[in-house]
Amino acid sequence: MSAAAEERSARTPWALTAPALMLFVGVLLIPLAMTVMLSFHDWGQYKGIEPVFILKNWHEIATDPYYAEMFWRTFRIAILTTLLTALLGAPEAYILNRMSGRWKSFFLLVILGPLLISVVARTLGWALLFGGNNGLVNKLLMSLGAIRSPIPFMFTETGMVVALAHVMMPFMVLSVWAALQRLDPQIENAAMSLGAGPVTIIRRIIMPQIMPGVLSGAIIVFSLSASAFATPAIIGGRRLKVAATLAYDEFLNTLNWPLGAAVATLLLVALVLIVVGSNALIERRYAEVFR
Amino acid sequence: MRQNGPLALIFHTIFVIVTVAPILVVCLVAFTPEGFLSLPTNGFSLRWFRTILNYPEFIHAFWVSLGLGALSSLVALLFAVPAALAIARYRFRGRDALAALFLSPLMIPHVVLGIAFLRFFTSAGLGGSFAALIIAHVIIVFPFALRLTLAAATGMDRTVEMAAVSLGAGGWTLFRRVTLPLILPGVISGWALAFIQSFDDLTMTVFLAAPGTETLPVRMFLYIQDNIDPLVTSVSACVIAITMTALILLDRFYGLDRVLAGKGDTGR
Repeated sequence: MSAAAEERSARTPWALTAPALMLFVGVLLIPLAMTVMLSFHDWGQYKGIEPVFILKNWHEIATDPYYAEMFWRTFRIAILTTLLTALLGAPEAYILNRMSGRWKSFFLLVILGPLLISVVARTLGWALLFGGNNGLVNKLLMSLGAIRSPIPFMFTETGMVVALAHVMMPFMVLSVWAALQRLDPQIENAAMSLGAGPVTIIRRIIMPQIMPGVLSGAIIVFSLSASAFATPAIIGGRRLKVAATLAYDEFLNTLNWPLGAAVATLLLVALVLIVVGSNALIERRYAEVFR
Repeated sequence: MRQNGPLALIFHTIFVIVTVAPILVVCLVAFTPEGFLSLPTNGFSLRWFRTILNYPEFIHAFWVSLGLGALSSLVALLFAVPAALAIARYRFRGRDALAALFLSPLMIPHVVLGIAFLRFFTSAGLGGSFAALIIAHVIIVFPFALRLTLAAATGMDRTVEMAAVSLGAGGWTLFRRVTLPLILPGVISGWALAFIQSFDDLTMTVFLAAPGTETLPVRMFLYIQDNIDPLVTSVSACVIAITMTALILLDRFYGLDRVLAGKGDTGR
């Protein structure tokens, strides 16, 4: 290759990515930086936003127990949702994987399809199923004798966790499913031929191998649940606030943008730290699986 | 491999019922002949679907969503296709960092993006405009457009391109006549997945939409905040029907598992 051609081919990838790069710097990185800056600005009912550098909003979030309680609720709901999806999604992915061809692809479509259906529509479905104390879910549970008195689902954390788990479930199934595809079925057969029972096989052969899939699914579900908006807003109502719905209120009802920006910045930083930290932990713990 | 035992099949059945139940109940209630929320026990009726026509704000929101989804996915592809070709074919400094940046909208909570864009576009004097919505949606659908195009470009047979070059094709002709047709299935699927993402987004859009630029999910959300009645179930049923159609087409055309594999993995 001539020197000119070599230089041209060294420039080509940059020329091809430059438009997208400019777009991302201009309308993603700059707005994010502006939001972080906004969280240090002052705000007053009558004076609006004042572009000064103060720690007022951060001080308020750090000291007012309302915010501690709200963030704790947000993460509690996210953790419970993650546990629920892992406990139900992992076995389901395993069962799906053992089905024969046609059924497998049919049920995969049924279970993963909802991922692409509007979150508002799916949450509305749960609001209908919960519907007060004589909703369908309570009627069913009571007729089965599982519960004596109706469980309040609407406007409670229980309801939020159930609906969120439904919304997030496809991510967990998908993640475990991907891990199962890497699994050699012969190992299971070998264990069986050596006399291992079904429980031993699941505990000693399957579980250790799909654990990275469960954990990476858990990270996705956790970070999406902690920042979820539609489901907590519809099921939780106006009083039971989580980080995303609180930020929405500050921005569009109270109009205290700097405080809302501080809540959003804290949520972003907390999630990035949790996700990056647990990714690093998983990769170190299961290094051999990723190799 | 062993077969699923009866316990596993019972678990599976309950799992599938719970998965489908909320979606099914919305679609059933939409057909109620009553004036209140109820399952249609006395026959089906289309009255709540006809009622939608009396609510021009829903119709308008539908067109906004449709235009926004189609346009923002198209614009995202205009940026994503060259970027995907560069990332798939060249090993250059900063390549991994660029790919991570382009996939980062998957990792950033949409509520944070909504706030950032609201702040940004309000300062730029574009608050609540359709243009602002388009730009914001281009960013959030970009990773999906990029991933599917990238998959197609990586799996492409380069020898065809070499043959074209040896026959004298170059530059734009090479791209238009050889490269693009070869990666087209990936590009179209990327567009479809990007469209669905844009069409469904509530969390980010709810910060940016103003009266006149409200999208269908935003309109539905604001309506549900005030009251839940059969009207919003019939609107939801229409949205579900549209998504299902896109989904089935996507599955036939490209394979849903491949499409979703791009969605499940958040940017690693």
